[in-house]
Amino acid sequence: MQLIPCPWCGPREEAEFHYGGQAHVAYPEDPRALTDQEWARFVFFRDNPCGPFAERWSHSAGCRRWFNAVRDTRTYELLSVYRVGEPMPEVSERDEVVS
Amino acid sequence: MRADTSVRTSPLAAWTDRLADLAPALTAAERPFLTQLTVRASDPVAVARMGEALGVAFPADPCTATRGGGPFGAVEVLWLGPDEYLVVAEPDRRVPVEDALRAALRPARGAVVDTSAQRTTIALSGPHARDVLAHGCAIDLHPSAAPAGTCVQTLVARAGAVLRVDDAESGAFTLLVRSSFAEYLAAWLSDACVEYRAALS
Ligand SMILES: [Zn+2]
Repeated sequence: MQLIPCPWCGPREEAEFHYGGQAHVAYPEDPRALTDQEWARFVFFRDNPCGPFAERWSHSAGCRRWFNAVRDTRTYELLSVYRVGEPMPEVSERDEVVS
Repeated sequence: MRADTSVRTSPLAAWTDRLADLAPALTAAERPFLTQLTVRASDPVAVARMGEALGVAFPADPCTATRGGGPFGAVEVLWLGPDEYLVVAEPDRRVPVEDALRAALRPARGAVVDTSAQRTTIALSGPHARDVLAHGCAIDLHPSAAPAGTCVQTLVARAGAVLRVDDAESGAFTLLVRSSFAEYLAAWLSDACVEYRAALS
């Protein structure tokens, strides 16, 4: 089983975590101005890269806090974890953070 | 006939004998009705003031707990999250501890909530306590990795639990488990003990 490093609790079993989809998807600044098509894009459309991908995770069985992680979608390796509000760090594809 | 509703029954009241039977492989006993207050506060000054009010400083590091004594007797403070703590005191101390925490928290923003009925407490020790826990818990409980004072929220046999290390060398632990999961966890502990009881008898 993969270990995921919670920014507060350290490495824990993957079973303690809950996946929350793509990170950095900003809520519309003026929601009332959005067309149905733009709403659909905000709610349903997500990137699907082959490589590093910024995601949200919740340490649901531990400290229950949300954080962000950059994961390589080809290898499942976590390249970086960082707290909500912090900018997405530069990652090189070989920077695996889990020992 | 009237039901007598004034008698408190702990979640593991029916398990007292079965838990006691696990010795000597595992000494397991419920410590029911402890006062438990969930504190949410991020202001470091208010957190320090609450520690002074209880006579025990709140834990500064994630996944640790502190204990001490003061005006409310023995008190433990468990780190649950970056701005969340669980204050545990002897039974029936809820009102004075809650009042003291609220007074110390002001004027910072935060919350002090009575969650005494949410979890019950199981004290574990014995020569195989670590082995038994390892059957269902991925936390490394070796004294070098989890010294006394370590306190984690994690999964024990897939049930959410707070696990505190009381004595790393002898292997004494405290498990705080949701009341609705307590009987399940007691049954799992009994089952996980079987092979060690056979070896010791
Ligand atoms: Zn965590």
